[in-house]
Amino acid sequence: MELKDSSRRDFLVAGLAVAALATGCTSNSPFEAAAGEDVKPSGKKVKLLSVDGEEIELDEAFLKPVPHLPTISNAEARVGIPGKKFVMVIDLSRCKNLKKCQSACNHAHDLNPGENWIKVDPMQSAEHTAPYWEPTTCMHCDEPPCVKVCPVDATFKRQDGIVLIDSDRCIGCRFCMAACPYSTRVFNWGAPEIPADVAAQPYSAETSIPQKKGTVGKCDFCADMTRMGMLPHCVSACPNGTFFYGDLNEDSVTNGAETFRFSDMMRDKGGYRLMEDLGTKPSVYYLPPVSRNFPYESGLENDKLQNK
Amino acid sequence: MENSKSIAGEEQIIQDLLPRKFKNSGKILVYILSAFCLVGIYAYYRQLRYGLIVTHMRDYVSWGIYISNFVFFVAISLVGSLITAVFRLAGVKWGSPLTRIAEMIAVAAIIFASIIIIVDMGSPERFYNLFIYGRIQSPIIWDVIVITTYFFISILLLYYPMLPDLQILLRFKEESGPRLHKFYSYLGSFWKGSHKQYLLSKKAINALCIAIIPVAFTIHTVTSWLFATTYRPGWDSTNFGAYFIAGAFLVGAGAVVVAMYIFRKWYGLEKYITLEHFDKMGRVLVLLCLLYLYFNVNEFLTPFFKMKESEAGYLNDMFSGSFAPVFWFAIFTGIILPIIILLFKTGRKPLPMFIVGIMVVVGAWFKRYLIVTPTLLHPFLPMHDVPASYHHYFPSWEEWAITMGSLAGAILIIVALCRVFPIIPIQETINEHHETAK
Repeated sequence: MELKDSSRRDFLVAGLAVAALATGCTSNSPFEAAAGEDVKPSGKKVKLLSVDGEEIELDEAFLKPVPHLPTISNAEARVGIPGKKFVMVIDLSRCKNLKKCQSACNHAHDLNPGENWIKVDPMQSAEHTAPYWEPTTCMHCDEPPCVKVCPVDATFKRQDGIVLIDSDRCIGCRFCMAACPYSTRVFNWGAPEIPADVAAQPYSAETSIPQKKGTVGKCDFCADMTRMGMLPHCVSACPNGTFFYGDLNEDSVTNGAETFRFSDMMRDKGGYRLMEDLGTKPSVYYLPPVSRNFPYESGLENDKLQNK
Repeated sequence: MENSKSIAGEEQIIQDLLPRKFKNSGKILVYILSAFCLVGIYAYYRQLRYGLIVTHMRDYVSWGIYISNFVFFVAISLVGSLITAVFRLAGVKWGSPLTRIAEMIAVAAIIFASIIIIVDMGSPERFYNLFIYGRIQSPIIWDVIVITTYFFISILLLYYPMLPDLQILLRFKEESGPRLHKFYSYLGSFWKGSHKQYLLSKKAINALCIAIIPVAFTIHTVTSWLFATTYRPGWDSTNFGAYFIAGAFLVGAGAVVVAMYIFRKWYGLEKYITLEHFDKMGRVLVLLCLLYLYFNVNEFLTPFFKMKESEAGYLNDMFSGSFAPVFWFAIFTGIILPIIILLFKTGRKPLPMFIVGIMVVVGAWFKRYLIVTPTLLHPFLPMHDVPASYHHYFPSWEEWAITMGSLAGAILIIVALCRVFPIIPIQETINEHHETAK
């Protein structure tokens, strides 16, 4: 960024402020207001906190909304965050199929209506065992079958364990969908019905936005949130705290309200992974549906909407 | 005396085998095939415009009849290597009148296999990514490499043995007309038929015949690996490569029988494609049917015996569920009935053989459908939280139109090739005629 120091500061301040104040507004050039060419002061002042921690006052007219720009280049997005190994724990005893995770995910990633990256499946292992709800995300396998078969390196495994998709490169052969035993991948069969300004954004593999016609999409572990040190949307959306997220290297996972030592959790509650026998080595762990918070039946009503 | 008789015979052979202008029936056939192709092109235009949403493939059945059709085309193209190379190397003399038909089918099929795989792509405009970012560990890249190789070897195996024929064709400028004549001389005027050229061509053909066999095995094995390298019940099979190749030789031989019958009727080639040819091809076909039956038993009986939980849904669906009618149709029409018919000598007469050939090809097409779709409808995790339409698959009209268009297009290529080139190698027939005269 070749901006002079003072204007750079203004820009940062304005950017920070507007990211907080005017979410939803978009513009392609965040530099216009900072350059201050045609802006007439409105007289209305806004108090802001500068990056140095001092409180400053600024005319509202100088504030310009900035889009939530992907600041990470494709090359950086492919590498991942050094020293991290992200894992998720899904506690099946807490799930009652509210599908809040799903709607938060769909909203956050601007998914085509009807498309779900998180599915909450009714499961029953055997005839006389009890049914339970099982949310599934992408498993972010350490031996990802999808990455193995991709002919163009459009889906890739990062050093922090996250498997992402480069929708600008995907050729739409759908081999990864056939290869994924968890059926986690979805395809944009037509042009996704998303707002035009979202669709016009440059694609970022970390946000997976915007989804594009003729390419594959899937859960991205909210790599953008993770980079900012925040929790994935499904984790924060679940009112029952079903999802835990964290770094295996730190041996800690949290659902926002509670934080656990990952290894303790695995040991005390009998954590496991799905289809271990396939050797895919998922990064998503499950805790069995024991001592449940809710009866299975409480989730049935909510299931009817999508599964008639 | 002897000599003049053989020359008269030679002229007769040339007259019999020269490519001829289409009569009305031929023209009508071309129009009908072109119409199918045009409808297919229109359907593809719609697919390009709106995306694969015009198909009825969805997240679970993410591969549909395009991929079935691709496997079918790759399978049928293997016959070129069987009849040209395997027969030649094994010293099977009677097969030589059939080599060109087989090679034409192979070239047409491999062209449409390549086209149909691009049709299946969600973002075909990024096809070049395969070359920029191609990664060797993906079986798709293996397929791209071997199909391209097979295509070129097939073209050469069609072309080299035709050079002496082109020299003959060049002698008949009036019959072929100025444009075709120019085309022939472009392709073959360098061929003088000298001893040196003859030796060189023989060497080249031999080398290609040897090279094409592993490549042919590879294209279909790799195609089977597109499925077998995944975990899915019904695809996760070590039998797949051999099973695919056995099926491929069968459908290819079936296609050759159909083509033999039609060309024989159409061009009055009874002298060249004889009852003996049908009888021998019938024996080949029954052998291939038995081989394919063996691999089918292998493929289905052992999992059926075990009925593993992950495979039970898929197997029940095939044997007695919603796919059962198609499954048993494909098994009976494509394998069992042909075996029964062909075991009888009367079953190896031209007309019954023609019918058997059609049965084999049609059965094989549906078999390919069964290889792709039922597996995809039985994933490990339940099909859930998706629109109701995702639970089923029946191809949309666009998919049918494109598939029919591609089949029509492949036939159109064969028809065009047989309009331009002699469908029975002239020079080889003459040589054999000389040998038998001696």
